[in-house]
Amino acid sequence: MPNIIETFKLTRSFNSLTAVDQLDIAVEAGEVFALLGPNGAGKTTTISMLCTILKPTSGTAKVNGFDIVKEATQVRKSIGIVFQDPSVDDRLTGRENLYMHANLYGVPPGDQKNRIDRILKLVELEDRADDILRTYSGGMRRRLELARGLIHYPKVLFLDEPTLGLDPQTREHIWAYVRELKETHDITVMLTTHYMDEADKLSDRIAIMDYGKIIALDTSAKLKDTLEGDVIVVKAADLDAVSALVAEKMGLKQSRIVDDMLEITVRQGRSVLPRVVETATANGVFIESISLREPNLEDVFLHYTGRMIRADSGREPHGIAAIQRRKIR
Amino acid sequence: MTELRGFYTLWLREVKRYLRDRTRIVSSFVQPLLWLVIFGVGIGASLRGGVQIPGITYQHLIFPGIVGQTLLFTSMFMGISVIWDKEFGFMKEILVAPISRFSIFLGKMVGDSTDALIQGIIVLVLGLALGVNIDPVTFLASLPVMLLITFGLVSIGLTIASFMGSLESFGAIQSFINLPLFFLSGALFQLQLLPDWMQTVSRANPLTYGIDALRSILLGGAWQPFQVQPLFVDIAVVGVFDLAMIAIGTWAFTRMK
Repeated sequence: MPNIIETFKLTRSFNSLTAVDQLDIAVEAGEVFALLGPNGAGKTTTISMLCTILKPTSGTAKVNGFDIVKEATQVRKSIGIVFQDPSVDDRLTGRENLYMHANLYGVPPGDQKNRIDRILKLVELEDRADDILRTYSGGMRRRLELARGLIHYPKVLFLDEPTLGLDPQTREHIWAYVRELKETHDITVMLTTHYMDEADKLSDRIAIMDYGKIIALDTSAKLKDTLEGDVIVVKAADLDAVSALVAEKMGLKQSRIVDDMLEITVRQGRSVLPRVVETATANGVFIESISLREPNLEDVFLHYTGRMIRADSGREPHGIAAIQRRKIR
Repeated sequence: MTELRGFYTLWLREVKRYLRDRTRIVSSFVQPLLWLVIFGVGIGASLRGGVQIPGITYQHLIFPGIVGQTLLFTSMFMGISVIWDKEFGFMKEILVAPISRFSIFLGKMVGDSTDALIQGIIVLVLGLALGVNIDPVTFLASLPVMLLITFGLVSIGLTIASFMGSLESFGAIQSFINLPLFFLSGALFQLQLLPDWMQTVSRANPLTYGIDALRSILLGGAWQPFQVQPLFVDIAVVGVFDLAMIAIGTWAFTRMK
């Protein structure tokens, strides 16, 4: 498969801060590629450069064979974008928003009606298409934005935090649409997210990004394999005591406290788990419950950075915060 | 062709948004009505000997001026659409589209001008109700002149708004510009009667020529001897002003991120 996105030492600085630092990535045509990282890792800055919204400080990239600096208009014709913040006209109807987009992107007038009807069906908005957008829920607007990004048949679709602030059910829906798109359209998807499950369920390959650099890049399964182990989750009144105990008596040094639970990364968890209980009991430390799970991407991130990714709750901002978020950057 | 369709779709958007905003349309009656009825009648009554133009009352004299004022205020106000679009994120959708900034600016500008023209037409109809004599030919002849006046003014509003980050700062700047332009346009006075300094400043104001053109059309022969400039000169001045403002506005949109 040829590479549809390639970056060459792509760099962007804001004053003294290097948001994206000499990035070299290649995305194959037809794959769903996720940039995963905490807020401020440089994901949106990367996408903004690939979409020609921001100019790189140094380095460059090619999207669909076009240089993002020298051939910006060609790049723009090749891509669809779903921005992190809302970007629809809420005084127009859903259909009017789509027609406007079709005209801005030079979709032949003869094709417009047909394409718009079909895409509305895909995102299940055909019944509400002629309502003013103000009456739409957040999830419906998101679906409309997704639909809009596809009207001009882009080669690459960029999704910047596509399900930020949406409820779990709507998120599942959006994921289903994206997967369906990949099946039905000849399209490459690049998305940014700080949700582990989103990257895990949606993407073929994941690039973990932190401080402007890629720190790991592979399929979800292989990333988890690099941890070579399982995670034992312990619930106890004195987690520090358990942590100290397993480190001292059993040599299990990879443990940390997450959400009032102690997570211990071990090899062959099935056989280690009973020993943990024995050791705790023998030393008079009471364990309330204990379980075993496979490593997830959170563990991968922790492994590479020594930090947790969950910097914020990702809840929908309200009131002033919502308006602030919508501001153009 | 893509550029033309982009222009058209942005124009259509501005007009649709305007026509759906009922309160804006209804409230547009109020201010000109106050000026024409209260200010026009009041000042007219205090000018004992009447104005010095035979056959024209003070109310009739300021009528084209109030049309011009409406065009000025609404046109400048249109810049607010840029701020809204930035605030609500829609500007990004337009700015990343594969069409030129010139088409984007022109689509928005002509769309907003169309809206301002509709406001102007409302005031014309208001004048008709107040007894200003407007025959169909006069009515039709005033439309292109009104549109021409709005182009430059809308361009100023859009240019300022493209630099502004908030509604408040836009409002503040706007009031700095609106009132001087209005008071120094001869909208409320006959230019020849003013002291020299005020005449000089007024002659540097492009709106003066716009309002003079509207008077030439709406007041007909009675205004002829008092014209600031002949009609075609007025139109040429406004046209050149428009072109300059469009150039500046396009530049402003090009640097917008």
